Amino acid sequence: MVTCAITSTVVGLEPRRVDVEAHLVSADLPAFSIVGLADRACQEAKHRVQSGIVNAMLPWPARNRITVNLAPAALRKEGSGFDLPIALAILAGSYQLPAHRLLEHASFGELSLDGRVRPVSGTIAVADGVRRAGLKLLICAAESAPEAALAGIDVVPVNHLAEAVAYLRGEADIRFASPPGSDDLEEPFVPDLAEVRGQERGRRALELAATGEHNVLLAGPPGTGKTMLGRRLPGILPPLTRDEALEVTRIHSVAGTLPAGRPIMLMPPFRAPHHGASAAAIVGGGAVPRPGEASLAHRGVLLLDELPEFSRPVLESLRQPLEDGVVSVARVGGHALFPARFRLVATMNLCPCGGRGDPSADCGCSPQRIAAYREKVSRALLDRFDLVVAMPRPRAEELAAPPGEPSAAVRARVVAGRERLRDGDVLRRTEAASALLDRAVEHVPLSGRGRARVARVARTIATLAGADSVLPEHLAEALSYRSPVGVASA
Amino acid sequence: MSIRRLRRGLAPYPPLLRAIPDPPPVLWLRGDAEPELLARHSVAIVGARACSSYGRSVARTLGRELAAAGLVVVSGMARGIDSEAHRGALDAGGVTVAVLGCGIDRDYPAANRDLARRIVERGLVVSEYEAGVEPAPWRFPARNRIIAGLCTATVVVEARERSGALITADFALEDGREVMVVPGEITSAVSAGSNALLRLGATPVTAAADVLEVFGIERVLEPVEAPGGLAGRVLEKLAEEPASIDELARALGVPPGAVAAALIELELVGRVSEGEGIYRASVAS
Repeated sequence: MVTCAITSTVVGLEPRRVDVEAHLVSADLPAFSIVGLADRACQEAKHRVQSGIVNAMLPWPARNRITVNLAPAALRKEGSGFDLPIALAILAGSYQLPAHRLLEHASFGELSLDGRVRPVSGTIAVADGVRRAGLKLLICAAESAPEAALAGIDVVPVNHLAEAVAYLRGEADIRFASPPGSDDLEEPFVPDLAEVRGQERGRRALELAATGEHNVLLAGPPGTGKTMLGRRLPGILPPLTRDEALEVTRIHSVAGTLPAGRPIMLMPPFRAPHHGASAAAIVGGGAVPRPGEASLAHRGVLLLDELPEFSRPVLESLRQPLEDGVVSVARVGGHALFPARFRLVATMNLCPCGGRGDPSADCGCSPQRIAAYREKVSRALLDRFDLVVAMPRPRAEELAAPPGEPSAAVRARVVAGRERLRDGDVLRRTEAASALLDRAVEHVPLSGRGRARVARVARTIATLAGADSVLPEHLAEALSYRSPVGVASA
Repeated sequence: MSIRRLRRGLAPYPPLLRAIPDPPPVLWLRGDAEPELLARHSVAIVGARACSSYGRSVARTLGRELAAAGLVVVSGMARGIDSEAHRGALDAGGVTVAVLGCGIDRDYPAANRDLARRIVERGLVVSEYEAGVEPAPWRFPARNRIIAGLCTATVVVEARERSGALITADFALEDGREVMVVPGEITSAVSAGSNALLRLGATPVTAAADVLEVFGIERVLEPVEAPGGLAGRVLEKLAEEPASIDELARALGVPPGAVAAALIELELVGRVSEGEGIYRASVAS
């Protein structure tokens, strides 16, 4: 008899329906094979499924040749989420549960040898796929059930294969899981701006970045708080809207980076990859495309500490997401589009040894080495930073200053500013402001993109100030965030 | 781009250069300006390649002020002080001359290709080496004798001990020309060589007017209006000591955004300059 269990797999971020067919034929020589472009983890399912069924105190159909087909056969399948549907299809094929009931449910989960059902990454994306396939019911691991429920389907949480079987037989009643409420979520720890003393200009740049969605480059000698500031940008971003939260949650679910105890990401994500990371790790890749750091930072913050230490291919690969907000990855295992709309915060020293700009350190870097260091960041990438802030070493009295304004207060202004930017008309430049911009272009080297950048930042400044139009003082401040001498090679 | 050559002994070979102990037999010129400009009152501004932002700011202001007063600013188109001196002269719409230590057709360092293009719009690039000669370390000291030889006065802005700028100063002394030095911090290695020159009796430069005095030029300055409001207070603070935006904001009790806006206004009129996040007032003219 041929039976079928329905499940879903994820290609890139997109769910695809997969039918798990099981065919059992009596045979003197027992055999168990899985076909349908199944990867190693799927092949190993045989052992987990067999042990799981036996340890669920259910008879294993021993005198049978069992063939499991994962359809469509042309689609490459990976991972351990097929364990549960394979087991259920075999049990239906051996008349241990009603096959028609099985067809009403999708299922997804990994089996342990003792038959327990374990959560698998990508649950919310799979649940989405189930909904799109027109099914209303999903059986999955109890631990990932709240996450699955976010997709708007009824989720049957099970801890053990035996539970799933009892449920399908109609012997047990299981309450559908409910999506996570905001009460039962742990607040993630986000460092607060109050801990930063001094560095008012850096703080100001962060506020502008959060409001106007600008990218920031912080340049200065080591120990001036560049990284400390960068880590505090997520804390002043507005919380994600529900749609954004679902979108971000789905990416993190597929990547397996959803923090335990938090089935939904309500706060903007923060990612700080090490400068040794490969281009595939940053923008996504792998034989079967997986989201990279740029996508994990979607709707949040990507911090690149020590920007010039990243390899050139990595830096250049960031230009597409910075421009389009998406990454497209083409691989043997498929083609995928990953959203990657993030705020980029980068830090760099002023020279390779780091001593430059610090009066207490003697920098021995030759002009050639300094030029080579700065040229590692291409002009094209530098152009993507609306805000470039030089951070000189603060003096002692600055570090003894009282704690700064807390993140919550800054965030309130950011939220208000965002609303004005979204709802209001585009602020016009006054004539005086336009004249100032024209004068500035004659004096300081500003590319066409640079000019647009300054205009954009000026609009953010005017918005935060609550002005009705962009005044000269707003434009002047915006001009001060162009690449200062000594950061871009002059 | 036209390339011409001047022969020693034939007009219009610059007479001042003719007077040094070993004038080059041939001087190659790049640019369309008339070669007679090499005979005009000229001042060399030379210094360290790895300079401080103070040196950068001073070189640019001196270049600008001296060119505005009608002097030809001569330098070596190296990174750092040299480039800033050329840029300052160009800012003022003045004439500047770059002396190369390589073939006349080369732009060295390559990063200054754009600068060379701007120099020859009104000034000249000169070299004693014909087209195609590669830059070599031993050619730069030889180049420095031409810089010193073309000029009545040589101003050293920042020089380490054993710096190429000191070689230029030595040539100038041997040729009997004026050597002037911008004083630097006594704790800074990048000023060790230039301060040593001062100790040996070089004339200190405290304002562009000190250099103009050597040429007998008295510049009638239109009185510069002190900027009012916040800009004026910012400038007052900077005149005491260079500072970052944060330090100014704290000292004046205003938000950093307002300070930044005031600084840009001052920067556009050439009253302050910025380097690596530290702002300083420009030297007095």
